[in-house]
Amino acid sequence: MITKTEIEKANFRNVWVIGEVEDGTILPVTHELLGAARNLADKRGCEVWAVLMGSEIQNPQLFSFGADVCLLVDDHRINHFIDELESKILSRLIEKYLPEIILCGATSRGRALIPRVAVSCYCGLTADCTQLDIDPDNGDLLQTRPAFGGNILATIRSSNHRPQIASVRPRVMKIPQPDNDRDGITIFEKILPSDEINNKKVVDVYHDSQSAINLADAEIIIAGGRGTHGKAGFELLHQLAQKVGGAVGASRAAVDSGWIPYTHQVGQTGQTVQTKIYIACGISGQIQHLVGMQSCDLIIAIDKNPDTPMMQMADIAITGDMFEILPELINEINQR
Amino acid sequence: MKIVVCIKQVPASNDAKIDPLTKRIIRDTVKSIMNPFDNYALEESVRLREQFGGEVIALTMGPPAAEAILREAIALGVDSGILLSDRAFGGSDTWATSYALAKAIEKIGNVDLVICGKQAIDGDTAQVGPGIAAHLDWQQATYLVEIKRKDERIILTKRLHENGYDICEVTLPAVVTVVKGINTPRVPTLKGRLASLNAEITLWKPEDIDANIEQLGLNGSPTRVVKTEPPAPRTSSTIKIEGTPQQCAKELVRQLRLRSIV
Ligand SMILES: Cc1cc2nc3c(=O)[nH]c(=O)nc-3n(C[C@H](O)[C@H](O)[C@H](O)COP(=O)(O)OP(=O)(O)OC[C@H]3O[C@@H](n4cnc5c(N)ncnc54)[C@H](O)[C@@H]3O)c2cc1C
Ligand SMILES: Nc1ncnc2c1ncn2[C@@H]1O[C@H](COP(=O)(O)O)[C@@H](O)[C@H]1O
Repeated sequence: MITKTEIEKANFRNVWVIGEVEDGTILPVTHELLGAARNLADKRGCEVWAVLMGSEIQNPQLFSFGADVCLLVDDHRINHFIDELESKILSRLIEKYLPEIILCGATSRGRALIPRVAVSCYCGLTADCTQLDIDPDNGDLLQTRPAFGGNILATIRSSNHRPQIASVRPRVMKIPQPDNDRDGITIFEKILPSDEINNKKVVDVYHDSQSAINLADAEIIIAGGRGTHGKAGFELLHQLAQKVGGAVGASRAAVDSGWIPYTHQVGQTGQTVQTKIYIACGISGQIQHLVGMQSCDLIIAIDKNPDTPMMQMADIAITGDMFEILPELINEINQR
Repeated sequence: MKIVVCIKQVPASNDAKIDPLTKRIIRDTVKSIMNPFDNYALEESVRLREQFGGEVIALTMGPPAAEAILREAIALGVDSGILLSDRAFGGSDTWATSYALAKAIEKIGNVDLVICGKQAIDGDTAQVGPGIAAHLDWQQATYLVEIKRKDERIILTKRLHENGYDICEVTLPAVVTVVKGINTPRVPTLKGRLASLNAEITLWKPEDIDANIEQLGLNGSPTRVVKTEPPAPRTSSTIKIEGTPQQCAKELVRQLRLRSIV
């Protein structure tokens, strides 16, 4: 909504977190966002509201993670993700309670839902923020995000519109220490008949963690490129990933060769990842790959050729044949 | 089926420069290409027309030079191209971009399906597709790896999620966004290339799409970029490990333990 004057802006209060609910379970990104929201709310001297939409939501009281209010829409009609329905409910709740700031997970669901809401409510939306702060002078939300494949950091604000909406990828913010003494109130909201106009139908759902986008959630990614030479090479990566509880990533060259499904591709036309550890095996590190992983905390490269861009930019570069080094590495980890 | 495919011209490499004054991208110094995800959107739209008949219109908003990707789209099989280009569109964020594109889609009229790429590689927001759907108040489905037709009015879409897929029945008219896995784009034929050279590109200004000028460009955009800076450089220098495979593995594990990782 357009808010040009301070008086108009003052109508909007509190920081909302749009929870990520799947099959009734609240996913960790919700807790991460609550930590970030608490921080912002303390600076603004306002409340944190957790907004949960789903069906048979387990333990919706998110007070220990920093929420003061839980706004709950629990209805069997929200058991699958129907963008139009959730967007209408959320837009209606925004108009009713007028939050000042909204944070939403930049997940496949969040990235489909929240732009729809931002357009309906005529407010600014900044995608994939990595830093959020309050401008002490005027209370605006300062939203910092990487653009151009991480080559620049842009700070964005939307001074004349409220609420200010930002999406944040999973694992970018830290989960706060839960405080079990904190308490709050729960508000129950219902689906209205008008929310149900012109919605699509989800007719089938299948879980398939192997081929779906599970990279964003991982702490460690073991990625293979053309140097992995085939499915057998990726089997080695899967073994290591299983040992360390990581996920397997890939360069486009490996995906296009048919060694691993597209959902594992990292880079410009795949996914951007920001894990604690990224182990690149037989990936030369062309710019289109680097832009997808250069923000990872610790980058380890294994390559026969010590002069590739990946080996130059890595924190730890191991020169050698991945087919000889990886089994030794698995061995070494087994011994601990 | 009448299909609109939304395509965007983006800087080819990721070394685009930012104008320190306007905070906008300097687009003249780098080579421009069609946003890679939009190639898949385009291919999908052409395949749907080949199966079910109808027409495909490529739509882009950008500077006059963006005409080039419309010609490329025609070479790749779309029937015609529309360019939204005017000062008033300049500085649009995703709200104003999706507004302008939605107004153009309304103007085209009787559109059944709008196909977008998952995201543009310059802004990386993935917001324009759902934004168009919201402006039009149409159904949407994002991250698609498959589109099938059920009947005249309904398509079956396969959506990619973090933990698998789902199948949605989407009633037309609708807006969808697609990811890379959905198809393998064709390369242009010589005949296509020749046709594209002479094809007429339609140029539309704000008044042609009955847009509210207040909601276009920088004026209509809720967000403002107030600062840009390079990210903090990676601080550590590279630690090089060489030796026998066993030595390498041992040293790596030692390095990880130094960082309390294993
Ligand atoms: C529009 C566009 C979008 C793109 N998007 C992406 C993207 O999203 N993601 C992406 O990854 N790429 C993308 N690319 C492709 C990118 O340019 C490169 O072609 C690709 O990343 C190369 O993959 P690679 O490093 O696995 O292969 P190569 O460049 O061939 O590197 C293989 C490496 O393996 C090493 N090697 C070989 N054998 C062994 C061994 N036994 N042990 C150890 N090392 C070994 C070699 O020394 C070499 O360094 C894109 C390209 C374009 C034009
Ligand atoms: N200026 C534009 N002109 C035409 N289509 C666009 C434009 N900007 C974005 N799109 C479409 O919206 C998708 C998502 O873009 P974005 O939200 O910018 O990441 C792209 O893949 C295009 O299909």
